Amino acid sequence: MSTIELRQVEKKFGDLHAVKPLDLTIQDGEFIVLLGPSGCGKTTTLRMISGLETVSGGTIWLNGRNVTWLHPSERDIAFVFQFYALYPHLTAWKNIAFPLQAQGESRETVEKRVDEVVKLLQIEHVLKAHPGQLSGGDQQRVALARALVRRPAAFLMDEPLGALDADFRESMRSEIKRLHVLQHATTVYVTHDQIEAMAMGDRIVVMSEAAIQQIGTPAEVYNDPSNLFVARFIGSPGMNLITGEYADGVVQMAGLDNRYAVPQEWQSVLKKRLDSGSEIVIGFRPESAQINDRGELVGKVYASEMQGSSAVLHLTINENEIIHIRTDRLIPYPIDTLVHFDINPQMIRFFDAKTEAAFKPEVSQ
Amino acid sequence: MSHVDLQHISKNFPGVKALDDISFDVKDGEFYVLLGPTGAGKTTTLRVIAGLEHQDAGSILFDGEVIDNLTPSDRDVALVFQQYSLYPTMSVYDNLAFPLRSPLRRTSAEEIQKKVEETAEKLRISHLLKRKTAHLSGGEMQRVSIGRAIVRSPRIFLMDEPLSNLDAKLREALRVELQHLQKTQGSTTLFVTHDQIEALTMADRIAVLNEGRIIQVGTPENIYDQPASTFVAQLVGSPRINLYKSRREDNTVSISESDVHLPGPLGSKLPSDFLVGIRPENVKPDPNGKFTGQLVLAEPLGVETILHIQSGQRTLLSLVPGISSYRLGDVVKFNIASEHIHYFGLNGNRLQP
Repeated sequence: MSTIELRQVEKKFGDLHAVKPLDLTIQDGEFIVLLGPSGCGKTTTLRMISGLETVSGGTIWLNGRNVTWLHPSERDIAFVFQFYALYPHLTAWKNIAFPLQAQGESRETVEKRVDEVVKLLQIEHVLKAHPGQLSGGDQQRVALARALVRRPAAFLMDEPLGALDADFRESMRSEIKRLHVLQHATTVYVTHDQIEAMAMGDRIVVMSEAAIQQIGTPAEVYNDPSNLFVARFIGSPGMNLITGEYADGVVQMAGLDNRYAVPQEWQSVLKKRLDSGSEIVIGFRPESAQINDRGELVGKVYASEMQGSSAVLHLTINENEIIHIRTDRLIPYPIDTLVHFDINPQMIRFFDAKTEAAFKPEVSQ
Repeated sequence: MSHVDLQHISKNFPGVKALDDISFDVKDGEFYVLLGPTGAGKTTTLRVIAGLEHQDAGSILFDGEVIDNLTPSDRDVALVFQQYSLYPTMSVYDNLAFPLRSPLRRTSAEEIQKKVEETAEKLRISHLLKRKTAHLSGGEMQRVSIGRAIVRSPRIFLMDEPLSNLDAKLREALRVELQHLQKTQGSTTLFVTHDQIEALTMADRIAVLNEGRIIQVGTPENIYDQPASTFVAQLVGSPRINLYKSRREDNTVSISESDVHLPGPLGSKLPSDFLVGIRPENVKPDPNGKFTGQLVLAEPLGVETILHIQSGQRTLLSLVPGISSYRLGDVVKFNIASEHIHYFGLNGNRLQP
């Protein structure tokens, strides 16, 4: 059982801020994902929690105890890396048992605990094999088993699925999440893959340029991104973003001369926050647009993609902006056909083009 | 552009049958995708067409003419690889102009400039023409590589996993652009990938390869809706198809070790034991559903959620729109539409019930 708290934690390498001061509280039993592109500071943050990296400022608390300057081995945290660092000369069983034997546990305890974790991960059949004889997936399962067997206060995982192929990543992803559901150990998981983050996280910490951009549940970061970075980064494809000029409750877009009347509930917010003629970005998810012959907006077909159970139509709005509309499987539209569409007014979002921050709707009484 | 025809191509490497009697044709202006896992023979097929390898048996025809004895340069094909093979010390302009400057082609300087500029515009790299390629990002480099292929009009474009080294967002964007380019130019393209989503989204037709043999050829819809075997059914579609051993008794099909008992197809010729395949989007939660399970895991992806529904000893995947409000442990009622059930023999081949 454990909570992890970061208070104003930062990391500098010389003048360079690898992680700007950040606050983060991780609840007991929570699965937290640190998500962002390479170089955003997510791995450095994880390494500071583990103690493999020292902090340049701030404090780290584990279960209310200040562990900022404790050695990694004194923190009772298990680390799972991308590369399964197994002992090649030991069998899978011995690899899993190793941490317990090193702690001087009795033979009975070791056998019992290894047995439990092996059943949980369904790797009974590989126990006598050496790592070199195992598939990538089984190696990763053995590495996980070795981390689990210690029953640490928390798990830190650094892109543990990064080296696996797509198919296998999908199934390991659900296995790890399922383990978490069964064990409820506090977990901090680092990835650059937004699908992994969405699928696994109780909450997601979206990072970019050494700073936290947003902390929220998958539904929050997907439906209400805090800024343009999060809007683009989350989703596949990302949120549709069209730049326009705001005046008198209408957004005028370049190119195909689209005019979008701002829905009622947004009118007063935008009026207060924007001068007439200001640049604004409207955002909506591909599934929030519906093709409709009398639709308010229009785009020109650039390409259409059959994606299996559904399809995505790509439309150009002007020279630089392509938007994506999710549809049922459809008869492909010829390139350059004009397609009209509407946006579900409840799913429209607005961003300040200068600050890139999302506008917040006024809370209705 | 050309119609390309492969007839009974075989190729052996020491100890390996790399290609085993491969026949297919790429029509003029078609976007044709070879899809398969590592070692399926995709790249070897491409290299044989390019003339970089020579087949042990069979013939290749361009527009009805056998080209087996032509050298790679005489075949007039353009290759794009996974690794960007650019000249790092040259500018983007010179990299694009390079294939046109070949003395064999005798293209005038004005003509070269026109073609380079047109190509750069199509690929949105006009602003990069003066840059050295060593200073470009991965996505920009791959655009230049593609540009260098399309700057001339070869008989066929051969592309070997050109998007694999790019990150997910860039891959998505370039996938759409490649398709647009191919359609607007009407170029004959053979594209090799192990990524099922690339195959589905870009192809006019897909050939699924495994262990040097063609398993199935069809449009993306054919391949997805009518997979010829469990191999194809599992290769295409994400999340993966639900595939379970099943048994028929009278007119009921029961998925083994589960509580799912489906009405069997009428007048069925099915054997008593076989495999049932159900795509996750066809496992539909419904408060009045006929089947009952328990939610053991939910993976919200944003646009959709993958529900893991346990029924007996089996876990079925269900793909539902939006971010689902089901909670772990909830009882989930669901339906499976019988018209969307696939049947396969125990040997993996599709059965027509």
